[in-house]
Amino acid sequence: MIQNLPWLFLLLPLAVAAIDWLFFKKCACCAAALSILSALGTFGLCIAYLTGLCTGTPDVYTWMPIATEGMPSLSLGLLMDPLAMRMMLVVTGIGLLVHIFSLGYMKGDTSNHSRYFAGLSIFMFSMTMIVLADNLAMTFIGWEMVGFSSYLLIGHWFNKESAADAAKKAFITNRVGDFGFLIGILLTMGVFGTLSFSEMGTGTEAIPTAVLTATVLCLFCGAIGKSAQFPLHVWLPDAMEGPTPVSALIHAATMVAAGVYMMVRLQVSMGEGAFTETACLVIAGVGAITAVLAALMAVQQDDIKRVLAYSTLSQLGYMIMAVGLLAGEAAMFHLYTHAWFKALLFLGAGAIIVRCHHEQDIWKMGGLGNRMPITTVCFLMGTFALIAIPGFSGFFSKELILDAALEKCPFFFWVGAGVAALTTFYMARLCIITFCGSARAHGAEHAKDGGFTMSMPLLLLAVMAVISGFGFVADYLVPFEGFHAHGFELGLPFYVSMGALVVGLLLAFVIYGCGKRSKDPLSGNFISKSLRERLYIDKFYDKGIIGILQECGARTIEFADSAIIRGLFAQGAAWFTGKIGMLLSWIQGGSLRAYSLIIGIGVIFVIFLLAYTFPSL
Amino acid sequence: MTPLAHYLILSGILFSIGLAGVLIRKNIIVVFMCLEMMLSAANISLVAFSRAQGTEGVPVYDAQVLALFVVAIAAAEVAIGLALIVAMFRARKSVESTAITSLKD
Repeated sequence: MIQNLPWLFLLLPLAVAAIDWLFFKKCACCAAALSILSALGTFGLCIAYLTGLCTGTPDVYTWMPIATEGMPSLSLGLLMDPLAMRMMLVVTGIGLLVHIFSLGYMKGDTSNHSRYFAGLSIFMFSMTMIVLADNLAMTFIGWEMVGFSSYLLIGHWFNKESAADAAKKAFITNRVGDFGFLIGILLTMGVFGTLSFSEMGTGTEAIPTAVLTATVLCLFCGAIGKSAQFPLHVWLPDAMEGPTPVSALIHAATMVAAGVYMMVRLQVSMGEGAFTETACLVIAGVGAITAVLAALMAVQQDDIKRVLAYSTLSQLGYMIMAVGLLAGEAAMFHLYTHAWFKALLFLGAGAIIVRCHHEQDIWKMGGLGNRMPITTVCFLMGTFALIAIPGFSGFFSKELILDAALEKCPFFFWVGAGVAALTTFYMARLCIITFCGSARAHGAEHAKDGGFTMSMPLLLLAVMAVISGFGFVADYLVPFEGFHAHGFELGLPFYVSMGALVVGLLLAFVIYGCGKRSKDPLSGNFISKSLRERLYIDKFYDKGIIGILQECGARTIEFADSAIIRGLFAQGAAWFTGKIGMLLSWIQGGSLRAYSLIIGIGVIFVIFLLAYTFPSL
Repeated sequence: MTPLAHYLILSGILFSIGLAGVLIRKNIIVVFMCLEMMLSAANISLVAFSRAQGTEGVPVYDAQVLALFVVAIAAAEVAIGLALIVAMFRARKSVESTAITSLKD
């Protein structure tokens, strides 16, 4: 019985979501309290397992006993290895803080809070499912469930058209990736004969390289969708339409990192031999392209959340690149540190947005440094971690990725360095415009720090953003054998990343001064415009692919509808009977004598038939 | 004894006159009378057959029964038909068959 305690990780949030939804629709306080309690419960449980207070392997339930030859039966089981439990710490920890922050953030909002907290709980359930799943089928269930809960939460303010559209876009874009993922899962079943993570990875040598490559790349499609990699990255910036705590939890710290987590999990269980050279090159390439493109687009964004969204994209690109370079431990390390500092940045942005009366344009903020000191300090801690100032967590994890890149493929090292410089530049731009100078709009003039529920999560996250890179934390967080967090090692990666840092900072300060400017000096030219238009990728999808597909589909269906169904079946049948009726109507002449003549002829004809043709009758 | 053929010829002549009247005449009363004439023609042939088929001067009564039925039904038909014609005359002020073509239009 006691060994089945881990199932609470799944059941607690699920039950709470159901209760919130069904019984507490009218009582938002109860719903919020229940959700926070469930997050607290799972966090406590996670701590209990991490510290060894509770142990034991939970039972595995057979879900679909197919049990034919060569086909594994589908089971539901929890894999509680160190990798999963460390991820659980991030998910439940940040989840708990976000739940608490939401209390402050949603205060004064008129939408249905029960729905919001039920959404958060169902997200916690689905994310836990991905993290603890012991086979790919279960991962896939969680995969779809996080997509669903993300849809619910992005579209929380569904009265706003842009939010409803963004929710739809996120869901549908993810479906594209999930399709590849599903094929990948089936391929895995065919190739390895099992979906269970603990049984994969045997007999990899016997499988042809092409098949392995296809399998891994199909599975990677899922990660492209969920972790918003190029070319399916378009949904993440739009997902910023959701409430900011949701962006922090789902679209920065946990769900979008699920793709990275899944790839690392596969690398661990299939063995690095399964990641063929081609597959690795594609994965690393996609990661690098995403990192570069997203960093470029972030440079010219005016919406504080969108800057952070593109930054998330670019950091996810980093992680995927590390996966492609077979540096799973570096990817996971960056995932952990990124989760803390990016959640911090988003929550900080959320606090700013609330205090500026839901203003998200950084050019309408300014001078917030004096008026919101706690938020500012926390936000700066996050920024320092993100731009990898030595001593902050991001520095260590980024160093590790750059090290791995330099060792495996120097090209990716230089890409990473360039992205680091861009990251520094856009984050410095964001901070200068937001916190320095004077207020540029009325909303920012009277902004002040949020209350306890908003400041406390910020402070805790700020602490984690600073320390999670240090050796003693990192060695604990990254459960790979032989992993040791970096100290300060002088070498090419160190000098290059310091160079990137200095270049980025200098450029930002030169261009944006001390926040006195009221508009972007870089805007107005062609490059800025195309960056603001997201390099026209969204436009291309809208007009090009969706437009053409929709146009073709609509035309085909229109043809089937108007020509075949309406034309042939409905109108054709009516026309045919009408014509027949017209042809025969002259018989109904209304002349009594004609009728009787016809009757007479008919009688004679019948008699003739009876008498001569069928004499036997 | 008059041969069967004579009766049948008389019956055929009567029937043809009736049929011609039904087809040619416009006045519904005349058409009606012609219809009666056709029934009578049928009756004549029935009775003629009855007698011709009889053995030793005893006719086959089946045909005669049938003839009686026809007479009875013809009487009922006359009652209804004349009533319809009277109703039609009230409605249309006419007993011409060409006057009742309103369904066509």
